[in-house]
Amino acid sequence: MIQGIPLYYFLVVSTLMFFIGIFGFLTRKNLITMLMSIELILNSVNINFVVFNKYLYPQNLQGHFFSIIVIAVAAAEAAVGIAIIINIYRNFRSIDVENVDQMKN
Amino acid sequence: MRHELLLTALALVVLIIDLMLKPGQKNAIIPITIILFALHTIAGFLPAQPGELFGSMYRTDALHVMMKNILNVGVLIILLQSVTWLHKDENREKMAEYFIILLSTLIGMYFMISSGDFLMFYLGLELATVPMTALAAYRHHETKSAEAGIKLLLSSALSSGILLFGLSLVYGSTGSIYYNDVAASFSQTPMQVLAFIFFFAGMAFKISLVPFHLWTADVYEGSPVNVTSYLSVISKGAASFILIIILYIVFHSITFLWKDLVYIIAILTMTIGNLFALRQKNMKRFLAFSSIAQAGFILLGIIAGSKTGMTSVIYFVLVYIFSNLGAFGVVSAISNATGKENMDDYDGLYHTNPKLSLLMMLSVFSLAGIPPVAGFFGKFFLFTSAASAGYYWLVFIAVLNATISLYYYLLVVKAMFINKNEAPIASFKSDMATRIALIMCTLGLFAIGFWGQLYELINNLSIGILN
Repeated sequence: MIQGIPLYYFLVVSTLMFFIGIFGFLTRKNLITMLMSIELILNSVNINFVVFNKYLYPQNLQGHFFSIIVIAVAAAEAAVGIAIIINIYRNFRSIDVENVDQMKN
Repeated sequence: MRHELLLTALALVVLIIDLMLKPGQKNAIIPITIILFALHTIAGFLPAQPGELFGSMYRTDALHVMMKNILNVGVLIILLQSVTWLHKDENREKMAEYFIILLSTLIGMYFMISSGDFLMFYLGLELATVPMTALAAYRHHETKSAEAGIKLLLSSALSSGILLFGLSLVYGSTGSIYYNDVAASFSQTPMQVLAFIFFFAGMAFKISLVPFHLWTADVYEGSPVNVTSYLSVISKGAASFILIIILYIVFHSITFLWKDLVYIIAILTMTIGNLFALRQKNMKRFLAFSSIAQAGFILLGIIAGSKTGMTSVIYFVLVYIFSNLGAFGVVSAISNATGKENMDDYDGLYHTNPKLSLLMMLSVFSLAGIPPVAGFFGKFFLFTSAASAGYYWLVFIAVLNATISLYYYLLVVKAMFINKNEAPIASFKSDMATRIALIMCTLGLFAIGFWGQLYELINNLSIGILN
């Protein structure tokens, strides 16, 4: 419990982060920025887990474990993602989504 | 636990053997892996003890074992089908990677199916999707394949993010991530409904249900054919299995809510998948949209909510594995021999390659649900289970959609058997592995339909919504 800061402040921050992430993912054209938006989403999830754990269920540690594992998986995802983006750059000479459109209906 | 341990050991053994082989003899890795995997598949059928591990994060019983065995059979066929393609020059340096990545995604699916809490579920899901993107971008010098990789990566990462946000709300409102505890304290507060919707949206991405299907066609077209068949059959099958388990076990207290949701999404998925399939010229895109429509049919079994519902879903996935792999097997054999993937190229195929055309015909008949082949029984059981739960209008729409789908499936048959072509694809011989795979598909298409005990066997293990 943190003195003077109610649970709901944290939830507002994490929900805002989540939707900023979604918004960024949908509007940005640069692949790296899109990947960063996904990191924002995952970090908002981490805040949720840790805060719920600390404020509501301090008797066990499930939320903390979950957020640690989310961080680890996010690192793996970013590693694969950046490798694929480098490959995109080699093939298309650009990392702008508007140029990566070989296949369309 | 035997499935997971054996497969992990298998992936490591492949890695070590690949290191020990000299540069000239790298090809030996292909038969070694396939034989080891075949042994693993057989070992999977040996009787297994039900049990729990890691404080019930992992649990296994006869139902889970059966689901894993179904996936194993599908993966074995895919490995056999990819032999010809792996022998090509472009893959000489990276054959072992194909096997290791493919096997690790399968390990992820095992853990996902056997999960007893959302943490294990999430880990399995990520292990099944993150390496998958590397497989989609496997031909890294080709622009289409690179594009498929980035599209799969971004859409699957976004969908896991949405799913995770739902899971965090589930944790916040119930105080646990274990399926049993969550199921016991889940009710209908707005936060929990929101949590469920986020969760379902994330899963809908994985099974490519409308309106989350937009990545499917591009990824399927750009990936190598065998990776496409893996994505469309094994990934989709595993995700449907775990979706039905979670909906029935964890979210059984808000059944009325998810049934409405599934009802609408089932209609949208079947209809839009079919309508888009009508206008495709590329075989892989065509099969992608047909697989979206098939996912809509799977929802019919899920919505039934009964024991027969789950039985029909598992049975349908089993049939779908054989029929879709039959179709993809032919597409992959032709693509390997000639590099052609468009439907126009199939004109007059029957005159030059009668056996391949016959198998293609059987597979698309099975996908469309025409009686002598197994696909008919799969669809029939799905429709029966939905109708017995009272969803007559839904079944009516599904039957209409099955009729529309018959039209475009018959277009393929018409191209092969009736259309005239000055220069059809030349007659060619496939190698041994491809033949075995295609024969397995053909046998499966007939055997599953006529072997009546199989349905009983699945039915004995299935569960309905707990009440």
